Amino acid sequence: MANLEQHVSVYSQALNLRTQRHQVLASNIANADTPNYKARDFNFTTAMQNALSGRAQAGGIALATTSAGHISGGSGGGAAQLQFRKETQSAVDGNTVDMDVERAQITDNAMQYQILTQLIGDKFKGIRSALASTNS
Amino acid sequence: MSLFTVFQVSSSAMTAQSMRLNAVASNLANADSVVSADGKPYRAKQVVFEATPMGNTGELSKGVRVRQVVDDASPPRMVYDPKNPVADEKGYVAFPNVNVVEEMTNMISASRSYQTNVEVMNTAKTMLLRTLSIGQG
Repeated sequence: MANLEQHVSVYSQALNLRTQRHQVLASNIANADTPNYKARDFNFTTAMQNALSGRAQAGGIALATTSAGHISGGSGGGAAQLQFRKETQSAVDGNTVDMDVERAQITDNAMQYQILTQLIGDKFKGIRSALASTNS
Repeated sequence: MSLFTVFQVSSSAMTAQSMRLNAVASNLANADSVVSADGKPYRAKQVVFEATPMGNTGELSKGVRVRQVVDDASPPRMVYDPKNPVADEKGYVAFPNVNVVEEMTNMISASRSYQTNVEVMNTAKTMLLRTLSIGQG
């Protein structure tokens, strides 16, 4: 039997990304009335591919730090690369948050998160039943 | 656990929205206050929101804070009422520049935004509870 952690590592990476996406979407909703705020999101598929291939940033590009005073560049979002959402209806105050889109996305994200937790639970259940069957 | 940052973000938005509601309340309450503390008619107050980074998650989480409360720059509403003791020499009284319709829509918008943020918080809570129940049963 392979390392137990291997069984759930894909799920846990996906959970991490779902958590990050929830943060981004919550920020969008929180700033629905902030002037000049631009709604942000990231492509989950790309982020997941980056996470699985071990690339911290999309494209694998990070600024080299050759001095102690250098600041490591990067979005800080790990595998997720934040992008601005395409504007559908422009507002006078420069805000691009579309509440309908954000609400739909955050519900979708939460559902996907719950599916993942269910899958992890089922995985452990399977392992547990495999362990129990050797007892008899 | 970075999901807890969502609580910070949503609660910052709720604080900001309640401050906006507070401004609406004082504007509506003072819609007819022709004399305020400085002797001039009351001026409508508007809050200005600003996005601010939250938690230690870098760019991911942006909360809201009220940058400043500004006085509405629009001119006072002039009403002809020569009997009023504060009327000017032409008989006009300067009423506050509170636009009641604007304030009502502001109020509805603030309360809806508040509700949505409560829902976001609830969603995050459900997600956290689901995470806690992994491996049970």
